[in-house]
Amino acid sequence: MKKWLLASAATTLLAAGAAQAQDAKVGVILGFTGPIESLTPSMGASAELALTEVNESGKFLEGVTLSPVRADSTCIDSAAATAAAERLITTDGVVAIMGADCSGVTGAILSNVAVPNGVPMISPSATSPALSNAEDNGLFFRTSPSDARQGEVLASILSERDVSSVAVTYTNNDYGKGFADSFAAAFEAEGGSITLSAPHEDGKGDYSAEIGALASAGGDVLVVLGYSDQGGKGMIQAALDTGAFDTFAMGDGMYSDALLADLGGDIEGSFGSVPWAEGEGTEAFTTLATEAGINAESSYTRESYDAAALIALAMMKGGEVSSAAVAANVLDVANAPGEPILPGELGKALEILAEGGDVDYVGATNVELVGPGEAAGTYRYYEITDGAFSTVSFK
Amino acid sequence: MDFLNALVALANFVFIPAIAYGSQLALGALGVTLIYGILRFSNFAHGDTMAIGTMFTILVTWGLQAVGVSFGPLPTALLAIPFGIVLTSLLVLGTDRLVYRFYREQKAKPVILVIVSMGVMFIYNGLTRLIIGPGDQNFADGERFLISARDFKAMTGLDEGLALKSTQAITVVVAILVVALLFWFLNHTRTGKSMRAYSDNEDLALLSGINPERVVMVTWIIVAALAVVAGTLYGLDKSFKPFTYFQILLPIFASAIVGGLGSPLGAIAGGFIIAFSEVGITYAWKKVLTYLLPESLEPSGLVQLLSTDYKFAVSFVILIIVLLFRPTGLFKGKSV
Repeated sequence: MKKWLLASAATTLLAAGAAQAQDAKVGVILGFTGPIESLTPSMGASAELALTEVNESGKFLEGVTLSPVRADSTCIDSAAATAAAERLITTDGVVAIMGADCSGVTGAILSNVAVPNGVPMISPSATSPALSNAEDNGLFFRTSPSDARQGEVLASILSERDVSSVAVTYTNNDYGKGFADSFAAAFEAEGGSITLSAPHEDGKGDYSAEIGALASAGGDVLVVLGYSDQGGKGMIQAALDTGAFDTFAMGDGMYSDALLADLGGDIEGSFGSVPWAEGEGTEAFTTLATEAGINAESSYTRESYDAAALIALAMMKGGEVSSAAVAANVLDVANAPGEPILPGELGKALEILAEGGDVDYVGATNVELVGPGEAAGTYRYYEITDGAFSTVSFK
Repeated sequence: MDFLNALVALANFVFIPAIAYGSQLALGALGVTLIYGILRFSNFAHGDTMAIGTMFTILVTWGLQAVGVSFGPLPTALLAIPFGIVLTSLLVLGTDRLVYRFYREQKAKPVILVIVSMGVMFIYNGLTRLIIGPGDQNFADGERFLISARDFKAMTGLDEGLALKSTQAITVVVAILVVALLFWFLNHTRTGKSMRAYSDNEDLALLSGINPERVVMVTWIIVAALAVVAGTLYGLDKSFKPFTYFQILLPIFASAIVGGLGSPLGAIAGGFIIAFSEVGITYAWKKVLTYLLPESLEPSGLVQLLSTDYKFAVSFVILIIVLLFRPTGLFKGKSV
């Protein structure tokens, strides 16, 4: 036992010594066990792919190699996640954390470990709107958009179409309520008016009372923030049956082929938004990941790659291996102005930064960090024409 | 003109949906009330009996559609209902033989039978999901509308549309036929009279030579028929999803209790009272009042008594008020 302790102490010392010389450790804390354990291997591999790319370019800070250290967030167990993050920082001495994944554990790590130790974290997949207002001392970033963001997107679509008066119905849970609130705030800020915002319960058969009230309140369009296989569909059905509304604006939960199959012809001209990844960056990442044997289509792989890339670029921009450098420069490298950087071009970005230039990291998900450092996200604005979803634009 | 617009808006958003929904609830409540009157327990499995019966009907409908049988402008499912009734009758009779008869012979207390029926409910629940799955099934075919809102506007030149779905019309017509048939059966046939006698006084009925097993069997068959008809109409009008049939159990029980458990007439009245109060009390009167009142008095708010969130509370408030003042329900049923 004593020998083992000594040995491990020695390794730690060695590791710590090495870190000062040439190693910059980046924590990769994801739920490698637990509810999303099927997603995390690809996410972790994508993050490490970005770090490898930086190392192989040979243009990172002189003599420094980035090395990932994995830890398990479990996705649901805040205590375990906090302990794992604590170990990453105190034992492994990571300068920044790529993670965590689920919103709950991410909040726990942020307030219990990251903030007290001053270590920045970039989460690829925590989407809870609550994290936007968390006490983070400027240490928390995310490459996935907050759920609240979509409300703004939908509101901007409506004003683009010159719709100024709408009725809103949302599914009666946290998702629906949060979505409806953020939509209402954004839509009213743009000068629109909401005649009535009424919740609907999922799994009921009869929605005539809800539709009656909404129809009486009036509005040019009915905004449906629900689920396509639940009350959202029921509401649309009831609205069509009574002739109360014939155009619908739909949130991401309503995007499904089943809805089209059942109602397709009747909801011609309706429109909505859904998170979407498309463009040069996405394609570049897919090629890169496929070459490395990673399933690029798995959820949040792109966001993970971007999170890790941002950590590396921010360090480069700050010119030193330190937590402060990362925290201070993430927004700088992620947003304009600067040379746009796609996946696979990290070497080029490092070169520009070394010369004191500016980069605008686009990455696999068109990274644009807004507000308190979270992704604006890309949404597909679609319209239903000829019984199919057709893209109008990306937002 | 304004008056007509107001009337049409009210009909479109309150009367027509509430009458259709009320008919569906009434048919469901009739089944519950018959079981309560004759077998003397609250059958919690009724919602899922409706679900499983509708499932049979849907499967037969699909079969008929596959071989190319159709019912013209009417939904094919109407043709499939008799098959659904036969299959569901066999199922409930089997359940009675296997489960309920044992407790009946033990003279078990009604509360035990209620719990037993919950067990049956879960089994039916699972069976339905195993066979047809938990998702939405769309089985309506034929003409969707008698009059669509758009056509009505074009026809009459009014600002308000009036939509009448063919399924709503079918629901009301079928409900009237079924109820008339049931009342004729209960009042004019020998079996019907023996059922009422058994319900009024079991011992006296037994003494006068009525075969209890036969009464029980006929009751189950009638209940199965009512459940299949109610479930199919509901599924045609809305859509079939096993979970919604589980949820509809509450308003059905509220209807039966408001009307008076054990009273068929009460079940029908209860169904309509619950449906109209759910739709009517949460209705926002703004549109109607805007048409009716002079401009200076036009409401700026929604003029809504209660927000639609309270839809379900409404039926229960009515239930409590009725039970406080008339514990046996509006139509003198048995006390609960």
